[in-house]
Amino acid sequence: MEKPSNQTSLAEILEITEATRSQNSNYIRDSIVESIYQHAEQITNIVVKQKELNKCPDRKLDDILTSPWLGYPLMLLLLGFIFWLTIIGANYPSQIIAKFLFTIESQLTGLFMRFHAPHWLYGLLILGIYRCLAWVISVMLPPMAIFFPCFTLLEDLGYLPRVAFNVDRLFKKVGAHGKQALTMSMGFGCNAAGITACRIIESPRERLIAILTNNFVPCNGRFPTLISLAIIFMGGAVFKTSSTAIATAVVVGLILLGISITLFTSWLLSKTILRGIPSSFTMELPSYRKPQIGKILIRSLLDRTLFVLGRAIVVAAPAGAMIWALANIHIGDTSIVTHIGQFLNPLGHAVGLDGFILLAFILGFPANEIVLPILIMCYLSSGTMLELKSLTAMRDLFVQHGWTWLTALNMMLFSLLHFPCGTALWTIRKETGSSKWTLLAFLMPTAIAFSVCFITTQIIRLLR
Amino acid sequence: MEHELHLCDLPVGSIGKVTRLLAIGLPRRRMLDLGLIPGTKIECVRRSPLGDPTAFHIRGAIIALRYEESQQILIKPL
Amino acid sequence: MKLTHRSSEKKVNGRNNNIDFSDPNIKIIALAGNPNTGKSTVFNSLTGLNQHTGNWAGKTVTHAKGSFYYRNQHYVLVDLPGTYSLLANSVEEQVARDFICFNQPHATIVVLDATCLERNLNLALQIMEITPHVIICINLLDEAQRKGYFIDLNSLNIQLGVPVVGTIAREGKGLEHLKDITYQVVNNLITPKPAKLIYSSDIERTLEKITPQLEKLLGERINARWVGLRLIDGDQSLLNAIYEHIDTFPELKKESEVLKHYGETKQSNILG
Ligand SMILES: Nc1nc2c(ncn2[C@@H]2O[C@H](COP(=O)(O)OP(=O)(O)O)[C@@H](O)[C@H]2O)c(=O)[nH]1
Ligand SMILES: [Mg+2]
Repeated sequence: MEKPSNQTSLAEILEITEATRSQNSNYIRDSIVESIYQHAEQITNIVVKQKELNKCPDRKLDDILTSPWLGYPLMLLLLGFIFWLTIIGANYPSQIIAKFLFTIESQLTGLFMRFHAPHWLYGLLILGIYRCLAWVISVMLPPMAIFFPCFTLLEDLGYLPRVAFNVDRLFKKVGAHGKQALTMSMGFGCNAAGITACRIIESPRERLIAILTNNFVPCNGRFPTLISLAIIFMGGAVFKTSSTAIATAVVVGLILLGISITLFTSWLLSKTILRGIPSSFTMELPSYRKPQIGKILIRSLLDRTLFVLGRAIVVAAPAGAMIWALANIHIGDTSIVTHIGQFLNPLGHAVGLDGFILLAFILGFPANEIVLPILIMCYLSSGTMLELKSLTAMRDLFVQHGWTWLTALNMMLFSLLHFPCGTALWTIRKETGSSKWTLLAFLMPTAIAFSVCFITTQIIRLLR
Repeated sequence: MEHELHLCDLPVGSIGKVTRLLAIGLPRRRMLDLGLIPGTKIECVRRSPLGDPTAFHIRGAIIALRYEESQQILIKPL
Repeated sequence: MKLTHRSSEKKVNGRNNNIDFSDPNIKIIALAGNPNTGKSTVFNSLTGLNQHTGNWAGKTVTHAKGSFYYRNQHYVLVDLPGTYSLLANSVEEQVARDFICFNQPHATIVVLDATCLERNLNLALQIMEITPHVIICINLLDEAQRKGYFIDLNSLNIQLGVPVVGTIAREGKGLEHLKDITYQVVNNLITPKPAKLIYSSDIERTLEKITPQLEKLLGERINARWVGLRLIDGDQSLLNAIYEHIDTFPELKKESEVLKHYGETKQSNILG
């Protein structure tokens, strides 16, 4: 180290401090912390009086919630119950919201007719933007409004750190943190929320791992796709009678696959790119507190509603406009959508999909819940996103376009593994503050999705 | 009487006093922040269902430490 | 900021924040404390805003800002990230430290968990070394009572030398008192005199040597003894932070080259 020739007072000071530090063989921090804590202890002894009381009710609760026998079953039961409540409970409000929003659509349509608005304006505003908005809101809002308050409740109670405590060992094996189980659970609700939640992981390496792999748990926007396809192509494929059971098994299997891929990529990342980034593990198990149920429910309901609405307006509306334009601007006598679909066809076929499916995923980048509607729009060569009246109709349409159960399987795999949606990527950018990690978060799942679909397709084709 | 133990070997339910930290760098500083200095009382409260991590009672808080961390802490059982 | 947090707060950090510090009519109050002690609950009750709260040690580098009025005085409250210490072990700790140190809030309210006083005092004592304008808020008194602790707030006040207020933030208890004490501290009706912490003899000897010189270099703005202590600890991140705020230290500016040099050479081992 080269020193300025005339010793300044600052340099002198720095030299003195360094000398003191080395005299203490670099354990000066210990000495400092010791002095502070001893002082804190002294004060505490003077000001705190403890009556002898029943020994911590918390410990009794922990005896149950983290017990070797009951810990896991209770945890799975609780999480399973929340998922079940979300999926079942969201159906009805979803339908009501959809009905309501589409009633408004027809009224708006009437209005546009009355004023003889130009066709393109009507198409862009109503069939494009409004319909996309309605879609995102009705699919997304009810499950979010059920899922997140449940989680907030568990959080306020203090149960969530216990989950992390229970499962940490599994995550340690792949170089990750037990709290990742929680950010993954949040990911089932919404990957963007899951990624934000990674802030609870203090250790930089484990936090990055959790952020980069959150996408492999399917969010509420992808669940409907997985469930529909499982029911129409997997369920009925074997025996009619046991179709629901089989469809359920397929969806559960996909989730387990997603979790395995999460663990695998976590392990890979911790062994490669993220090797050597500092990590430490200390996790507090706070005492249980009685949650303020009413306040939490209202708060988290409002928060989620605002989030979904905000996202619908910022992301889905422009996407709706663009998709409508692509589907309605023609080059020659086919729309741009069809052109691109045909262009992507060879690539799609290689991975057991087709060009339109790939296109639907690309156009569905802003929000996963519009992937299926876009696909239906493409197949019907209609100019707007559509939902079919029944699953049978959807099945017939897909079969007409050459689908087999393998296509459905690949589509499910691709949906599970592909790049994060726009909101999630934007959140990753915000949380990591780095374009490099954001790019990786895009490329890694994309590569995995293509490889998995490619390999699956090749193997099945060989077997046949 | 004068024997030292790694914290990870402290049985559930027993209490020890910290004698020394072996960790260096960030993990050491985090341990210091928790108040793990020589003389600090520490009680092993419970192990996770899978055997790791382990929860300890340290200065009024319940803190979970992994085997790797608790192995870096030397204690004297009380 | 917690697991189910929704990012609704404005980003404020040490360097470019949108608080108008020059406005003499606005008093800046920082809220510091360990994670999970009720900072956000206090923040919400005082400002009427809705920061996410939760029973969980969450982390963030952003902090929320909100304002309230008390006795015709405009206050801006800044909810700092929860940390166990300020010894710069993480970005959060650096953010909290820099805010208290360089943005110089008119008062810092340190929220402590009454059921875990010892570890919480660790942070409070560290903050009291940086700034004397500290108010101690002993929160979660209901929990403490449930667990059978009794805390002598008067005696704590005497021990620490700064005002102490007991609260149950969730029920809004004690918050009027907290506002009143804040008012008094901000308007110099009470002058907190934090008791000095004594370190080991060689540290004290070194401090004795360098503190007067540091006082000359740093001026009135920051506590020279504390900076000296951080230098003894080898805290490069503080040197970097001082370098970033070099304009506020005219005497030191002449030596900015030395400062820069030191900050760079040792930077890598701050978080290593
Ligand atoms: N019983 C009780 N709970 C409180 C009190 N203050 C806050 N809490 C709860 O403690 C938890 C943590 O509070 P929060 O404000 O998020 O803490 P922060 O991490 O310091 O911001 C929340 O569940 C609050 O509802 C209090 O005075 N009494
Ligand atoms: Mg908070």
